[in-house]
Amino acid sequence: MSYTALAITGVVLAVVTDFYIARTRLLLTKRFWTSYAIIIFFQLITNWWLTSRNIVMYSPDAILGPRIASAPLEDLLFGFTLVTLVLILWDHPEKD
Amino acid sequence: MEKFGYVAMLAFTILGSFWLEVLLKVGVLRRWKRAASSILPVAALFIGWDAYAIRAGHWFFDRNQILGIYGPFCIPIEEYLFFIIVPIAALMTIEAVVKVNPHWGRK
Repeated sequence: MSYTALAITGVVLAVVTDFYIARTRLLLTKRFWTSYAIIIFFQLITNWWLTSRNIVMYSPDAILGPRIASAPLEDLLFGFTLVTLVLILWDHPEKD
Repeated sequence: MEKFGYVAMLAFTILGSFWLEVLLKVGVLRRWKRAASSILPVAALFIGWDAYAIRAGHWFFDRNQILGIYGPFCIPIEEYLFFIIVPIAALMTIEAVVKVNPHWGRK
């Protein structure tokens, strides 16, 4: 599977986990989207650092092509999945 | 200095978020067990993704800009730290948002 396909799969997994598995419905909350707005701002800075300096490089065959702040579009989906899954588990009841 | 290229990004993420623990008392590090149980399952999933992507050649790293220490699956140590530090920063962010807007918190 290409990075594109895996990145889309990740987003679907995060959304399904939020609504149907953990039932946290975090994606319907203001606190999630406000936090995500802050996180994506910093992600664009760090993505730019890692990709514009070629610290991380991508195979053209694995990505669609469009880049945002020098990083492949797919990185935003990757970041969304990482952050959303962690916040779902943090929010899930029966914790502390 | 060049080999600290990736580490610098991790340091920036820590600098940008960990002050929330001290000044806003978000309590993410204080609740480290809950943080670990939220982060580790997701980190494991992403390590799996990373291992596959590196092996499939989806992405690769400039050997001169990483420390050169590798963990399991030939994944640079920086990647392992990324999957711990970035989630901690995200947890601190949402806890800070709730701290500032208490009515947005969990019921």
